[in-house]
Amino acid sequence: MTTTTAPPAAAGTPERARFTAVLRAEWTKFRTVRGWVIAPVMAAVLCVLFTYLVANGTHTDYCTGTGDCTPGHAFVPTGPDGQAVADSYYTVGRQLTGDGTITTRITTLTGVTSTAPTSVAPSQARQTRPGLTPWAKAGILLRPSTRQGSAYAAVMATGGHGDRFQYNYGHDHAGRPGRAPRWLRLTRTGNTLAGYDSADGTTWTRIGTAHLAGLPATVHIGLFVTSPVSFRSSADGSRTLATATFDHTVISGHATPGAWRGQNIGAGEQDFYPTLRSGGYHRAGDSLVVSGSGDIAPAVVQGLLGANTAASSQPFGLTVALIVLIVVAAMFITAEYRRGLIRITFAAIPGRGRVLAAKAVVIGAVAFVIAAVAAAASIPLGEHVLHANGAYVFPAGALTVVRIIAGTAALSAITAIAVLAVGAITRKSAAAVAGGILVFVLPSLIGSLGSGGAVTWLYRLSPAAGLSVLQALPRSALVDYPYTFGNGYYPLAPWAGLGVLAAWAALALAIAAVVLRRRDA
Amino acid sequence: MIAALRAEWTKTRTAGGGAWLLAGAVAVTVALSAGIAAATHVSAHSGQEDPTKVALGGIYLGQAVVAVFAVLTISEEYGTGMIRVSLAAVPRRLVLLAAKAATTTALALAAGVLAVTGCLLVGRLMLPGAGLDPAHGYPLISLGDGPTLRAAIGSVCYLVLIGLLALGVATVVRDTAPAIAVVMGVLYLPPLLAQAFADPLRRHIEQIAPMTAGLAVQATATAHSEPIGPWAGLGVLTAWAATSLLLAALLLRRRDA
Repeated sequence: MTTTTAPPAAAGTPERARFTAVLRAEWTKFRTVRGWVIAPVMAAVLCVLFTYLVANGTHTDYCTGTGDCTPGHAFVPTGPDGQAVADSYYTVGRQLTGDGTITTRITTLTGVTSTAPTSVAPSQARQTRPGLTPWAKAGILLRPSTRQGSAYAAVMATGGHGDRFQYNYGHDHAGRPGRAPRWLRLTRTGNTLAGYDSADGTTWTRIGTAHLAGLPATVHIGLFVTSPVSFRSSADGSRTLATATFDHTVISGHATPGAWRGQNIGAGEQDFYPTLRSGGYHRAGDSLVVSGSGDIAPAVVQGLLGANTAASSQPFGLTVALIVLIVVAAMFITAEYRRGLIRITFAAIPGRGRVLAAKAVVIGAVAFVIAAVAAAASIPLGEHVLHANGAYVFPAGALTVVRIIAGTAALSAITAIAVLAVGAITRKSAAAVAGGILVFVLPSLIGSLGSGGAVTWLYRLSPAAGLSVLQALPRSALVDYPYTFGNGYYPLAPWAGLGVLAAWAALALAIAAVVLRRRDA
Repeated sequence: MIAALRAEWTKTRTAGGGAWLLAGAVAVTVALSAGIAAATHVSAHSGQEDPTKVALGGIYLGQAVVAVFAVLTISEEYGTGMIRVSLAAVPRRLVLLAAKAATTTALALAAGVLAVTGCLLVGRLMLPGAGLDPAHGYPLISLGDGPTLRAAIGSVCYLVLIGLLALGVATVVRDTAPAIAVVMGVLYLPPLLAQAFADPLRRHIEQIAPMTAGLAVQATATAHSEPIGPWAGLGVLTAWAATSLLLAALLLRRRDA
């Protein structure tokens, strides 16, 4: 029997220690420190508690033109897809049964803008100056009924966006550019509606078609004019009114006989959308002159409603939870340096990068789960309390809520990992904790100084961009609105913002990995 | 007491990070003020601005560094076990705390004077470019102006009081990470909470919170819109610092190191 030399297993095995074993070691370290287990649970509880307090402290009053204020909110129509919509306009029309075609010519489209902002009561803001807003609309409208928020399709001339075919508040097709005069035509064939425009009334171009499911046999058809709030000259917005002259209006199909009927839709005191004054119409020879104020578009003018969304009560509670998680993440590595445990850790697992990776996985997973649970509990709670207090809550789809919960969890996990990496680089907790907290609290405080420019850049470039995942208010290209941070809009898209934070975390992790390898423990 | 003071001064002077932290506090304060000034654009539509307050905006960040400095003066001693040596050398614990408070005061004062001077210089040079110039009805920042002088002196006092508040908290908590989190939480969270509420609750929170009350001293042109008067606000912050130091003194005497 020959003796064989044993391979140098003693030196090789720990080096090759399976990553799961390293992970288990780090998880054991984490769960056996009582404070590190209690603190994240406390973080979740604090998040829910503060979300409740903030939501409960939010009250909105709804004031009528006469100055009486009562708890509650103005009426906001809900569109076919469950979104909040503006649906205010003036229409002159009748009923159409079965298929048909409406043709008209718009000879002029003009507008006026109030000199007072929307914060001034309409009765005290009668003065106007000429000015047509780009999204002032005049054209042909077809819808099952004039109930606000119901389905529709419309072909229109606009103040600055050319001819358009739009339906159900978010769908838009561009036609011929330029302004009036122009010819417009809307056809109904079953549930299919098509919009056409023409320069001369003989050569027609189709702009787009829409299929409105469940359209009844008899529908409302009519000419309409509306003109949205303009934010050109005032941050609060100014009411506007547009006036259009229609002629050569022809309906083919089974329209109700008799006179045209004028209707002001969504311009009452209880309606949220600011309108300059009641629209109207009159005949001038063969022409029909129609004026209207309002908008048919997605609702984004949230300054008039308060900025409450499903997630709007959550940021403060989330900040508190993040601070707690930041402290735990920093101590998860700096405590090892302080007590000298790091030398034993590196003796047991010489692959230092794997130790860092295992720590990142453990703290990231803990932060992810804690934040997911906290967000999943606090978002519905906050929304419920806001509703109960009579506040208007911008409707958010289930997908948006899921995105905010997942985004909150990812934001917390990435933040914890970044703080861990900074702790590994500095070996002391001071910089990791102070830096981690400052990133999330400073932008909103500088914002209160009134320097909107500085804040916008912080939310673009700094790790605070990760907070963009909390964005719940919708944007729309069909509404001219200052989509600024002050109005509740982060400058970056949710996942792009999270990407900026992730890039910072990756940078910190890379530096930490290099530094750990190079230097003595 | 003199010996304890000299010992504290030697520790701060020789233990690495202190000087860098204070230099950093001055640098980040002035840098943030410059950044805010560069990003400020005053138009006819924006409301009444306060050039002095905008120029001193860097304090929002600088105070955090001063707080970290003050926390570290005692929490690092607990972290390394040095505190047992210190208490063996200076058995009267309140003398040790007083010496640390005096050192913190002196150094925060020095850093504060430099930072505030830098901020006001930046404001004087950069803010006219943002539209805050005499042509638009905003006089140049000058210490000859009473409210501006008050804002400058008040901001220096503010930084000193933040240092003392942080020292007290760190003595109570005895660990760097939670101490920094507590101090920064006490400073930054109440204003965020206040933003979520409407008056009068918002105003009450801002009147009793250390940062919003203390920084009311920075207001010159817009003093009427502050939640609390300039010196009264600094008084509120003084009460916070005194409470924290009192609690620290009690616990330091009672507890085993």
